[in-house]
Amino acid sequence: MSDTLAKPKTYLGVPVHRPKVAFFELSSCEGCQLQLLNNEATLLDFLSLMEVVRFREGMTGGTDDYEIAFVEGSVTRQDEVERLKKIRETAKVLVAFGSCACFGGVNQLKNRFSMDQVRKEVYGDHPIDTDVARPLESVVPVDLRIYGCPVKKEEVEKIVTRLALGSEVFYPRYPVCMECKANGNICLFELGEPCLGPITRAGCDSWCPSNRAGCWGCRGPADDMNITQMVSIMEKYGFSRETIVDRLECFGGFSAHIETFRDAVDIREKVQKT
Amino acid sequence: MIFRIIKKTELEKLFNVLSDENRIIGPVEVGRDQDSQAIYGFRDVADFRQLALDYTTTSLPAKKYFLPYKEDMATFRIDGKDWQKTVDYNIDAPFVFFGMHACDINALNKLDKVLMGSVYPMPYYAAKRQNAFIIGIDCEPQTYCFCRSMGADTVLHGFDMFITDLGNRYFVEIQSDTAYNLLKKVRAEEPLESDHVEYMHVISEKKKKFTAQVDTTDLTKILDMEFQSDVWKQWGEKCLGCGTCANVCPTCYCYSIEENVRIDLKAANKNKILYSCNLIDFAEVAGGHNFRPERHSRLKYRYYHKHRGFVEAYEESLCVGCGRCGEACLADITVPEVISSVRGETS
Repeated sequence: MSDTLAKPKTYLGVPVHRPKVAFFELSSCEGCQLQLLNNEATLLDFLSLMEVVRFREGMTGGTDDYEIAFVEGSVTRQDEVERLKKIRETAKVLVAFGSCACFGGVNQLKNRFSMDQVRKEVYGDHPIDTDVARPLESVVPVDLRIYGCPVKKEEVEKIVTRLALGSEVFYPRYPVCMECKANGNICLFELGEPCLGPITRAGCDSWCPSNRAGCWGCRGPADDMNITQMVSIMEKYGFSRETIVDRLECFGGFSAHIETFRDAVDIREKVQKT
Repeated sequence: MIFRIIKKTELEKLFNVLSDENRIIGPVEVGRDQDSQAIYGFRDVADFRQLALDYTTTSLPAKKYFLPYKEDMATFRIDGKDWQKTVDYNIDAPFVFFGMHACDINALNKLDKVLMGSVYPMPYYAAKRQNAFIIGIDCEPQTYCFCRSMGADTVLHGFDMFITDLGNRYFVEIQSDTAYNLLKKVRAEEPLESDHVEYMHVISEKKKKFTAQVDTTDLTKILDMEFQSDVWKQWGEKCLGCGTCANVCPTCYCYSIEENVRIDLKAANKNKILYSCNLIDFAEVAGGHNFRPERHSRLKYRYYHKHRGFVEAYEESLCVGCGRCGEACLADITVPEVISSVRGETS
């Protein structure tokens, strides 16, 4: 790492502690970590704020002397459970990085099926250890969540800056609709597209709806969201129960809320029949 | 009051005179919904032909040009131990609003009272409001328009000129010397008695087209009486708490402030974000207590601010009856239905 990066940073003349951070991945596509590297314009600023001691996508080698651990991915194997516990022991701050780590993410879609069925479908007769996909917090306590599939780099920067300065980290508690309206978008329901924006936590700056793609709820539920009303709105607009449940189930953020809506369309049963 | 008559072709000339030197914002078609109905919005307009002067209602109000959804209130440059603050009202030139309906001008007049008429005026708003040249235009009442109930179907001030379509010509009302001088640049004539008759005919025909209404009789008292009414809980069960009603409202002005330091630690900003009283943390205070943790109490609060509190403070409602909130609400919560349920008129 160059000298400029190693020089201690100050803010208003006060030295800023440069924490040692490490990145880890469990079952995931590692796309959230890639988001950080994609941010070329501010990558050096990021690196001067945090001393990265382990980052598989960005460097060779690494040490296990870190204060903040960013963990991407969901827990699907026993060896990941062990790794995660070890990370938890070392890290002062454990960050669930992205929707897989926060909710199980796309991976948890397999939880609809029996694990035998899943293993056979993907790996055939090859012996492999795979279990239901779980969020980090089902194994260890999590200090901070950064939502999104993938995470929004602007939000990560904001959070990381706040971590470095020791100021409060907060997220929008309201749904995506707030940002979508501020961006001047036409409501996707008017265009006949389903959207979970009204119940999904904002912070993505209505990334998908601004590109005319309905929200799939990757950031999980907004505080005090009204899922019952959301489902009846989707039905009113003519979307089938299956379409609605598919969307709600996609990233796992709503899994605690959807059992009642799943009754009408038991996908597991359906798949077993085919 | 000064009136003029201009031929329709003169309006384009007027546009061109204005657009030579000014930024023009006006109503345009921004898309079509799934039933092929036009969706309108206010946009920057470079060519007169882009304007949709016969627009119904824009999905979003003109608010963002006066009260942006996101605005820097101050930016800070940090250099060692020193820092420098810059305050910018985020407007560098006058602009023209070409074709604003009476309800939306009335909405600005209401915002003026709060944001310019109070003890601490808001310069960010005032700078934009006072640099806007506003051309009002008459409109066709839609099924959701209840502006007439709110006394906002006509507008008395707060604009520079107002045009009413008389078929082959416009009846022009002049409210400012800027508008008076501008009209000298096109062919404008004194209206004849027949023009007056025609104007009166047009407005009386318009009056007949209103279908939606809100009964505001004794509404402040009724709201006081019905504070504990069960209807609020019923509406609260439907409410998504998404803040859309406030975002599409031309008069909702509540905001939140966020301060952020740039990742290189060399700059910071204080950002204002338009907020909504329907959002979960709107009434949460330091220490964590939330005065309105339930959706129904927040929804109710919005109605009490619009139709009770503001009326007591300013002797007029903070609602102009544009109907946008009801149109935008996915849960179909509309002002006429909510008020009528509070009055016990529907179940």
